[in-house]
Amino acid sequence: MTNPYDFLVSPFIEFEFMRRGLVGTLALALGTGPVGVILMLRRMSLMGDAMAHSILPGAAVGFLFSGLNIFAMTVGGLVAGFAVAVLAGVVARTTELKEDASLAAFFLISLALGVTIVSMGGTNVDLLHFLFGSVLALDDQILLLIAGITSISLAVLALAWRPLMLECVDPAFLRSVSRAGAPAHMAFLALVVMNLVGGFHALGTLLAVGLMMVPAVVARFWARDVTAMIGVAVATAVLSGYCGLLASFHAGLPAGPAVILTAGGFYFVSLLFGPVGGLLRPLFRRSRHLEA
Amino acid sequence: MTAQLQFRNLTLGYERHPAVHHLDGVVTRGALTAVVGPNGAGKSTLFKGIVGILKPIGGSVDLCGLAPRDIAYLPQVADVDRTFPINVYDMVSMGLWKCTGLFGGIGRRERDRIHEAIAAVGLTGFENRSIGTLSGGQMQRVLFARLLLQDAHLIVLDEPFNAIDARTANDLLDLVQRWHAERRTVLAALHDLEMVKAHFPDALLLAREPVAWGATGDVLTAENLLKARHMCEAFDDEAHECAA
Repeated sequence: MTNPYDFLVSPFIEFEFMRRGLVGTLALALGTGPVGVILMLRRMSLMGDAMAHSILPGAAVGFLFSGLNIFAMTVGGLVAGFAVAVLAGVVARTTELKEDASLAAFFLISLALGVTIVSMGGTNVDLLHFLFGSVLALDDQILLLIAGITSISLAVLALAWRPLMLECVDPAFLRSVSRAGAPAHMAFLALVVMNLVGGFHALGTLLAVGLMMVPAVVARFWARDVTAMIGVAVATAVLSGYCGLLASFHAGLPAGPAVILTAGGFYFVSLLFGPVGGLLRPLFRRSRHLEA
Repeated sequence: MTAQLQFRNLTLGYERHPAVHHLDGVVTRGALTAVVGPNGAGKSTLFKGIVGILKPIGGSVDLCGLAPRDIAYLPQVADVDRTFPINVYDMVSMGLWKCTGLFGGIGRRERDRIHEAIAAVGLTGFENRSIGTLSGGQMQRVLFARLLLQDAHLIVLDEPFNAIDARTANDLLDLVQRWHAERRTVLAALHDLEMVKAHFPDALLLAREPVAWGATGDVLTAENLLKARHMCEAFDDEAHECAA
């Protein structure tokens, strides 16, 4: 039996890439946690998925012109993500199509276009990097980028908190008292795109949204108010990063999927045992109801 | 008698079909007016026109200098996500938007006002309850507490007492009377004619066209009500363009 210290801590002390992976997922978790919770509360959980895919062609064009240059890919990803968010919104407002339907069309086109562009200019290894990221190869630039995105996210969320929450609960009331709803919504969409671009570098375009939505869904089973939900979501994401990296180290699993699978494990546990609506909860409930 | 609202040949509707047709008239400041009429008479449409959700297809609504934030509006079906994790206290506190805005803090004075509003609608003790656990009547009390805090000059209530028991309706009606005593202008769409006769000095009887408008006793006559009931509810796809 190995010593728990060797098992749980040593990999991060001995190997720099493990430390970087841990710092990267920690920084990501702080931003994606609250963003994911808000997406879920606005019933936009799948929107995050769609946005994540729509980043791909932009990042791919950046890659085509300047190789695996982080700035070119980041700028490309941001531009493509914003463009799809805005276009989908415009189509939804000007045609009969609902926002989810128009987004579905745009993100599928984006995904196909992105894969085509990467394949034109690179190898299958590049494509895998694009789709699944490389959480064990985070360099200083990427870590700074992720930390910067997280800092901006927390600042913007603090500023736009009130209209964002109000727009979830009672959008008609917000419209009647303030015009802040639309700009707050746009700022929030921008945060979604930015956080997904940050996550894209670590986890790739297909899994970036995993660290955003799975912890948020987990949180719904443990907390009744928004602040607590965000706390649970961030903690889940951080723990998933840590456990996932360890699992990948010891069992030789691919790191990105291991992180998201760990989050998935938390999800199944929460689904069964979560105090707020977990499936097995009724079995543990005290059988007598209250008097009033 | 200063005017608070003036309708000038106002026509509101959907896809060119009028739902409120050629309405002219003035609501004076401090008036307490019931808007009465059968389903489909245009009551909600008129209210949407007043608060600016619906643009007129003819004529105009003059708010006589009121800013949008001086108007409090309670829609017929509030667009509230009851599954959202928010408690009664936070929900009511939104009514303070006019003084807190986007970033303003809620200090002791504001907290006192929130507690007062919650007490005024009889929900003391419910502050920490999540809105998903409230009954329909309790939710309506919450929305009224929020209206109280909005401190609006013009209050527009679209069928505020629907599906609400008599006791809750009476409690909320007391608040409406309080607003009236405070010289606020109140418009309420109602179906309970006895309530209108007992508590509302003015009434507007609407059946797409205005049937009668004035002192409640003169408006709610058998003859006028019969006239309103004969209104044709359906839009006519073959209708000609209105010449007026």
